[in-house]
Parts: sequence; C-alpha cells; structure tokens
Amino acid sequence: MLQLLLFNVTNGLIIGAFYVLMALGLSLILNLSNVINFAHGGFLVVGGYIAYTITPYVGFWGALLIAPPLTAIIGLATERVLIRPLYGRDPLYSLLLTFGLAFIFEDGTRFIWGAQGKPVTVPAILAQPLSYEFFFITGYRLFMVVTVALAVAVLFVLLRYTRLGIRIRAGTLDLETVSALGVNVGMLRSLNFAAGIFLAGLSGVLAAGQLGLEPTMGAGLLMPSFIAIIVGGVGSLTGTLLGGLLIGVASGVTAVFLPAASEAIMYVLMAVVLLIRPRGLLGEEGMMT
Amino acid sequence: MIENDTGRKLAVLVCIWAALLLAPYWMPPLGGYTALGTRVLILGLAAMSVNFLLGFTGVLSFGHAAYFGLGAYGAGLSLKYLAPSTPISLLMGMLLGGLAGAILGMLIVRRRGVYFAMVTIAFGQVFYYIAFQWSSLTGGDDGLRGFSRQPLDLGFFSIDILSNADNFYFFVLFCFAIVVAVMGFILRSPFGRTMLAIRENERRARFLGIPVERHIWIVFTASCFFMGFAGALYALLNNFADPKGLHFSQSGDFVMMAVMGGMRSFWGPLLGAAVFVVLQDYLSSVTVNWMSFVGLLFVLVVLFFPRGLLGVVRRKLVS
Repeated sequence: MLQLLLFNVTNGLIIGAFYVLMALGLSLILNLSNVINFAHGGFLVVGGYIAYTITPYVGFWGALLIAPPLTAIIGLATERVLIRPLYGRDPLYSLLLTFGLAFIFEDGTRFIWGAQGKPVTVPAILAQPLSYEFFFITGYRLFMVVTVALAVAVLFVLLRYTRLGIRIRAGTLDLETVSALGVNVGMLRSLNFAAGIFLAGLSGVLAAGQLGLEPTMGAGLLMPSFIAIIVGGVGSLTGTLLGGLLIGVASGVTAVFLPAASEAIMYVLMAVVLLIRPRGLLGEEGMMT
Repeated sequence: MIENDTGRKLAVLVCIWAALLLAPYWMPPLGGYTALGTRVLILGLAAMSVNFLLGFTGVLSFGHAAYFGLGAYGAGLSLKYLAPSTPISLLMGMLLGGLAGAILGMLIVRRRGVYFAMVTIAFGQVFYYIAFQWSSLTGGDDGLRGFSRQPLDLGFFSIDILSNADNFYFFVLFCFAIVVAVMGFILRSPFGRTMLAIRENERRARFLGIPVERHIWIVFTASCFFMGFAGALYALLNNFADPKGLHFSQSGDFVMMAVMGGMRSFWGPLLGAAVFVVLQDYLSSVTVNWMSFVGLLFVLVVLFFPRGLLGVVRRKLVS
C-alpha cells in the first residue's frame, strides 16, 4: 500500500511537473499579452514531431537542444503575422484565432506525419529503472523532472535578474507605463510569446519520450494546464507552478483510491479553490479578474 | 428617417420569417435537404443563446457547449427512461442545462474577461468528462442511443414528427420562434437595456447602482436555459446525444457562428450558423482535411471580418 501510494505520488509529481512546464508557457503569454493561447497544445505537438523527425540525425540529446528553439521560431512567426494585429482588440479574437490555429496544427501534423502514433526512442541510459525496489522511477522520469526544474529555475532567474525579465514582469502589471518609459512593447510581447512557445516545444520533446506522439495529444494536455493556471491564480507564475504540482499530486493520490476520478479531481480542486479563494491560490485581486 | 428605419426593420423581419417558413420548399432545389435546414435552425438558436450573453452583455463564455450537451442528454435520458413524450423531453433538457448553468454561474460570475473565459472552458469540460466516463448511463464515447422523438399528441389529433422531416422542421421552427420571441422580449425590456449598459461600461453601470454580478448571473442562467433547449432539440433531431456536443471545441464553433454572423446584431448568429453548417457539411464531404479549412476560416474571419457578415453589411448601409 505504501509503495503504491508512493508510486502514485511520484507519478503525480512527475505529471505535475509536466503540466507546470506547459502551463508556465501559457501563463507567460496570458499575463503579458492577455492572449489565451489555445494553440499551445498544437505547438507542443509540433515540437514533439520536430524532435521525432530530427532524432535520427542528431540523436535524442540533439533533438532536445534543437527542437524547442525551432518551435519558438514558428511561434515567433505566428505572433508576428497573426496575433500582433489583435492586441488592441477584445481578447475574444485572439482566443478564436488560436482556437482555429489549434485545428490547423492538429490537421497539419496528421497530414505530414500521419494519424498513427509515433514512438520516440530515448537513449538507453535513460530507459532503465534506477532501483528494483522502486521500479517506477525510471531514468527518463527522473530526467524529465530535472529538466523541468532546470527550465523553471532558468525562467525565474531570467525574469528576476535580467533587464528583459524585469520588463516582462513590469509589463504584466502595467503595460502602458512600460511603453511610456520607452520600452519597445511590440518586441517585448514577441520575445515573451517566443519564450512561452519555447516551453511548449520543450514539453513536446519531453512528452514524446514518455507518451509517444499523436496529432490529437495537444488538446488533451491543454485542459490540465488551464486548471493549473486557474488554481494557482491568473497573473502569478509562482501560482501556476504551485497549481500544476498540486493537481498532479492530487490526481496521483486519487488514482490510488478511485482510479476513475483521477482526472475529475482536478476539476473538483478547481471548484473548491474558486469557492474559497476566487482569485486563485496566489492570484492578486484586480489582476485581470 | 425613423419611420424609414422601422419600415426597413419590418421588411427585414418579414423576409427572415418568410425564408424560414418556406425553407423546406426552397432548400431541396438548391441542393440542400430539410434536415440540414433543421440543423441550421437549432445550431443557430444555440449561437443566438451564446450571443445573448456575449453580444449583449459583453461576457465571453467559452464553455456553453456544456449546457447544449446537457440539454441533449437531458432530453435523451428523459425519452429513454422517464416518459416517451417529446414536450417532456424538451422540458427536461432545458431544465438540466439551465440548472447546471445556474449553479456554476454562481461560482464564476465574479470573474471577468479572459479569466471568465478560462473558467467557463474548464467547467464545461467537467460535463464532457462525466458524459465520457459514466458510460452505464450515458453510453460513454459511443454516445446515448436507444431513444427517438415521439409524435406530438394534441388530444384530438397527433402530428408525426418522427418520419416526416418537414413536419419536424416546422415543429423546430415553432420552438425556435418561441425562444427567439422570449429573447427579443427580454432585450427590449428595461432589463435588456441594463444588459447593454453593462456591456458598454461596466464600471459606470456599477456606479449607477446596478447589481452587475446578479445581472450577469441572470443573463448567464437564461442563456444556459436557451442553450439547454437548443441542445434538447438537437438530440431530437439526431435521436442521439454525443459527448462531443459538450466539448469545448463545440463551444468554439458556437462562438465562431456568433462572431461570423455579427455579434452586435440579433439575427447575426443565425446567419453565421447557416454559413458555418453549410460550409462544414460541404467541406467534410469533399476533403478529409476539412479541419484545416475550418481552422483557416477562424483565422480569416478574425483577421478580416471581426464585425461579422451583418456588421459589414450594416457598415455599407451607413456609409
């Protein structure tokens, strides 16, 4: 029993870490640009498939390094051409546009790579279990958690200590003032969007190694990220981090006692948080509410 | 000038209702079929319900398909287990959708803007998830089957709406007319004016002493009732209820219909639904990549026709 519980908590943490990575990208874009990026799952899938395509040439490690920046470039181009014209308008429009983009990504990946699921082979060193007692902690899962932790740490350091990061945080609070201080807001939004998509691409590569690839996987992974953001509080990246881990562990623990409800628990958690603390765990009142 | 305007409005109304009443006669020669017309009418009603909230109160719900789907399941379950009666099934569907909306509405009305949209999406998915998982009741992924709409029993005679597609179309049109009349009545009432005030300037409305949250909750709930009703009709049309009808991608379609037709106008969403349904019907018959084309349609409408078809027409008329 204890081992089962431990297994599911670990599992939940790992899944939660994955949600965190995806939700942080969404959250970055939402906070600065007020855009709910429905195509985030689509970018994730594209990142995964890019990794799948280049793995035979550069290996898994090469793909891990190359695929996220490539995805970010696609994201940057998308932002420049399609999303930029919508900043001044009601958030409804960017929502609808990215919603349409998600369709195009899903259908496009199916067209290029086929509807059949694609496995991605991970290096042998990551594929084996680390201990026989705790068979479930494979090298790959540990590697996933370490990668996510590293990515989150880098993101938070960048936001905290670099000029760009400080501008992004300032823009989240009051974009108009940042603009009045002479910062190129358009550029800021583009870079911020690209950073968010970079995280989506990285999630895609990590997901590909664990789950394999399917054109439809993006839509399924999008909803937990939404819930992570709502639970953590819109406007707070730390909140998103907390929310993602929380729903991951909650669904992991629930899987022990009531497997059928392991996904439903996320929604229950969200309802409870909204009832008790409508702004989300770390959200501030008045921030985009 | 004002008389002229009223005259034009009346003429447009007459045209709309004439086109709707005569649809079973002019659609087939143009290559359509009556069931397609019925679908346009029902999805149009759903899009108008979404727009009742979005276009007239300025509140974006991106999870309205949930209440549509609940209406469908309510009607289906009622026909299957409760009573073989079409009116009762419509009532049950409407109640299920509306009451769910009323309860969830209380949780979410205090949120605004993108936050509201996100919360409605997430809560909408709850029902999708339930319909998907609770397969002993709902049939799960395969959908709810094993029921069919029943003849209307009016006491002295009964109308066969099951095998006669035209009869069913007129029945749906009758229901549609009632709901649309209720919507129009609400919008013309002082309450409807208050909705517009909230849309135009929420802060000012609040300063005027309007209980904004309560108003938004009422509008949200009303639109969920309309949505449930439309969903119930949809279940009767297909004799089938599908978990996909609850999914957020269906919500996106409804919002798209409203935007494409013209959010600020009463009839716009119906026009949007007509274009959307016919286009989707056509695309899915000619290409397997119809999803890309629908996605492209979203992108193009947002970038080039954000005011929708009626918005463009209206602008032309003004200038």
